Order: sequence, then structure tokens, then C-alpha cells
Amino acid sequence: MSSSRPTTPLPVVRRRRLGRVPAMIVVVLVATLIVAALASNPRFEWGVVGEYLFSPSIVQGAGVTVGLTVVAMAIGILLGIVLAVMRQSGGVILSAAAGLYIWFFRGTPQLVQLIFWYNIGALYPKLSLGVPFGPQWFSVDANDVVTPLATAIFGLGLNEAAYMAEIVRAGLTAVGPGQREAAAALGLSRWHSLTRIVLPQAMRVIVPPTGNQVISMLKSTSLVSVIALAELLYSAQSIYTRTFQTIPLLIVVSLWYLAMTTVLTLGQRQLERRLNSGARGLRPAAAAPRPHE
Amino acid sequence: MTTPMVEAWHVSKRFGSLVVLRDVSLVVPEGEVHCIIGPSGSGKSTFLRCVNHLEQIDEGELRVGGELVGYEERDGRLHELSYRQTAARRSRIGMVFQQFNLFPHLTALQNITLAPSLVRRTPAAQSRERAMQLLERVGLADRANAYPMQLSGGQQQRVAIARALAMDPELMLFDEPTSALDPELVGEVLQVMRDLAQQGMTMLVVTHEMSFARDVADTVIFMEGGRVVEAGPPDEVLVAPRETRTREFLARVLR
Ligand SMILES: Nc1ncnc2c1ncn2[C@@H]1O[C@H](COP(=O)(O)OP(=O)(O)OP(=O)(O)O)[C@@H](O)[C@H]1O
Ligand SMILES: [Mg+2]
Repeated sequence: MSSSRPTTPLPVVRRRRLGRVPAMIVVVLVATLIVAALASNPRFEWGVVGEYLFSPSIVQGAGVTVGLTVVAMAIGILLGIVLAVMRQSGGVILSAAAGLYIWFFRGTPQLVQLIFWYNIGALYPKLSLGVPFGPQWFSVDANDVVTPLATAIFGLGLNEAAYMAEIVRAGLTAVGPGQREAAAALGLSRWHSLTRIVLPQAMRVIVPPTGNQVISMLKSTSLVSVIALAELLYSAQSIYTRTFQTIPLLIVVSLWYLAMTTVLTLGQRQLERRLNSGARGLRPAAAAPRPHE
Repeated sequence: MTTPMVEAWHVSKRFGSLVVLRDVSLVVPEGEVHCIIGPSGSGKSTFLRCVNHLEQIDEGELRVGGELVGYEERDGRLHELSYRQTAARRSRIGMVFQQFNLFPHLTALQNITLAPSLVRRTPAAQSRERAMQLLERVGLADRANAYPMQLSGGQQQRVAIARALAMDPELMLFDEPTSALDPELVGEVLQVMRDLAQQGMTMLVVTHEMSFARDVADTVIFMEGGRVVEAGPPDEVLVAPRETRTREFLARVLR
């Protein structure tokens, strides 16, 4: 049987997706309406937005937001690693303690936790270090320690740790048991096995969701406005309670958050790309060895 | 008479209700190669893992170089040692795994230098030089900077052997080192092991490579159902086995 082959390749005609055109028209129309609504309504007070966008107290507030994000996230990651290792330790008490911690912090709203920590002074007017019912070595007034800043840092960090613990745990379990065994067989200590063998490999699994956590943390810092810490939102609030320019100042705040989350998203993408292409060794072996018997 | 490298007396081991090792006794004198053969699930890997305390034994006594590995004897009982103390003793025992278990985020060279520099605190230059010698010895000096996934299975296993040798072990344990390899890559790994045996390394090898066992082993141990069924020189156990079960097993694998 001889089927004659064409001597030149045949051109391909793509099917037009006509449905796209009406959809595009709708989108453009809606966008135009939104822009018109934004521009024509004088109550948006775009002039005021411009006036406050880079005002010192707003910029300072944004700085506090960034600082809080960094410090709270650092606490969250470190404590999260500790909790994840505790959960995996095999020790019943350690694992249960970590489980209880995670259960508590994931099960209560961040906002409630923050207000609770802020009012801890009502529960323990004096914070002291020593033997219960025995001698006290060190004692301070709760109100001197539980400042808005301390509450914000630990309130956000302790809550974050519960989420990071789950992320780190997923990373640790993604590293096969053979890796720990090889480390153990070589005589490596538990610490070296964790820090040199398991964690570096777990990073590929840990980093992407941690990026999302950072973005989410940046926005969560706005919650500490309720305990009067002058981060971005609170700075704006202290202006509009005086001037009643609520909407324009909330726009200012939103623009700042958008700018910061955009930077973070771009950074996250860059990091993930590096993680996927750079460390060749971290990718699972392309061809898994076949057993033969 | 010198103390044997490995002494196992009446070793038993259970996983829950499953008895995996029953009253296993064997002795490996220094400088000898003993090969363990037997059907799947007979407890060969488990026994090997007990030797360096990756698994705990339930009964019996296991000594390497005259010392208990994961325990110490105090007032007539065996007390389990801390992870740290066990690690120190383990570092004298090299282990090679069926799936190589190289560290994928480190190069071949880094895989080899890691343990000497972390455990023995060998200066970097010195452990590097030693690693290069070992890579030379397993024929991979030119792949020092390759990551494991860039190496073939046979090459990975040779790096794994070099990694174990870097700790100057007095005993090498091999758990089916060639079972995960494509047939054409088996020879290169066995050659490295033959050389090692030639140089007087004490080796305990779980293997399905009967020709290796016949040529290299001083003693072949046949295990089944968690027991040592038969042990002796290869030309007795492999050629003229006394036990029917050994004969049946050999008939199946040598077919
Ligand atoms: N961690 C474990 N938990 C429970 N059972 C286990 C565990 N490890 C091994 N076993 C069981 O112990 C028995 C012996 O296993 P082992 O791996 O020692 O056999 P083997 O002789 O090495 O077999 P193979 O030739 O297939 O490697 C098997 O029945 C296995 O299912
Ligand atoms: Mg096995």
C-alpha cells in the first residue's frame, strides 16, 4: 500500500475563538466604567491622596509595617522549625506539646490573640522569674513589658509559628528516611543531620509557601492598629480621625500595601526560579534506579 | 586469638508481633568477607541494620570490634546509649545502601568530605585530598564536582562506597549494593568491592550476586525466616549445601 506523502508541510489554520471578542468587549466596558466612577466622584479626593501619599507619618508607618513583618516572620520561622522538629521527634511529650500549641494558635483568631496579649497585664500585673510560690529572682510591672510593640512582635510571631510549623513539617517529611539513615550511619549528630542534610533539602518544599506567608503577614500587621501601634494603617487612622478624609487615606494605605506586596511577589518569583534552576542537585534524580532481580 | 570484628549471639528482633530475627548468631573475624544470602523478607537487611544500631535488637548481644554498638553493660543489663555515643561508634562502621542514599544537594566530593569534617573535624584541605584519593580509587576522580543526579547508578554507588571509606571504617556493611543497578553497571561496583576485600577490609555483604559470593566470600550465610539456616565456606554452602531449604533457594536463584 502506498500513501503518497506531501512534499511540503501543509499550513495549519487555527480555529478562531470568537467567544473571546464579546468577552473582551465586556471587560473593557466594565474597566472604563470603574475608571470613570473613580475619576468623576469628587469624594475620592485624589488631591488629598497625592498630598498624603508620601507624608512623613505615612512613610514612617510603612517603615514600621515592614519592620514588624520582618521581625515577626523571623520569630515565626525559627519557632516554626522548633515546633516542627518537636512534632517529628518521636518523643510523646514534645510532640504533644507542639501539637497543642499549633491547635491553639491556629484555632483562635489572630485579632483575638493580639488583644488578649495586650491585656495580659490584667491577668498577671507582675511578671516574675523564680520558683512558683518560692523566691523570685526578677520581677517587673507587666505594663512596662507588654508595650504595643512587644505585643505586636510576639503576638504576630507566635501565631505565625503555628503555620510555619506545618509548612516546615511538610518539608521535613518530603526528605526520605534514607537521607537520615545515611547521615546516622556516617556518625553525624542529630543536629548536623538536621542542619546539613534534611533542612537544605526541605527548603525546596518550604520556601514557596513561606513566600505566601510573608505576603500574608505584611497584611496581617494592619491588625495591630487595634493596640495603637503606629504602623501603616494606624498612622492613616490618626490622620483621618482628625480630618475626616477617611476614604482618601484608606486609598493611600491600599496603594502602599499594593506596592509592597507587588515587590514581595516579584521577589518570591525570582527566588523560586533560582531554587528550581540553580540547585541542580536538589532535584530528585531524573531516572530512578530500577530494581532488578 | 584476636577479638572478631563482628560477634552476634542469639540476636532476636521483632517489629510489633512480627518476629524478623530469631536467635541469630554469627562471627566475622577481622579481614574476612561474609556474604548473607536468602529470600526476600528473611531479615537480611534488618540484621545488617542492627549491626550499626539503625534498628534496636530485642534480645541477644551484638558486638563490633569487641564493643557493644548501641548499648553499654552496667550492673548486668544492657543500657541503650545516647544518640551521640552511638554516633561515635557508628562512625567506625561504613554502610552502603541499596538505594545509594547519596546527599543530592552536595557534589560527589562534598558527599565524601562532609562526615570527616563534621564528625572528625578533619581540616578542609586534608579531607579534600583524602576524598580525591578515594574518588581515584573508585575510578571517579573526574566526576568530583558532579551532583549525584548527574551520575549513573553505578557511579553513585561507587561514590557512596568512597563516602563510607572516608571515615576509615574497620568494618563495611553492604546491603544489596547492586540490586538497584542496571545489569551492565553491576560489574563496576563489584570490582570496587573485590578490590576492597583484597586489601583486607572486613566486610559483611547482603547480596544476590552468587558469583561474587563464590569468588570473594570466606563464609556464606544462608538466612530464611529470620534464622541462619546454614553457614560455611562458599564451595560448601553454594555448591553442596547440607540443608534442603538452601538447596531449594539456590535452585531458584541460579536457574
Ligand atoms: N521498619 C519495619 N517495620 C515493620 N516491619 C518491617 C520493618 N522493616 C522490615 N520489616 C519486615 O521485616 C521482614 C524482614 O525484612 P528485611 O528488609 O530485613 O528482609 P530482607 O531479607 O532484607 O529482604 P529483601 O531481600 O527483600 O531486602 C519483612 O517481613 C519486612 O516486611
Ligand atoms: Mg533487604
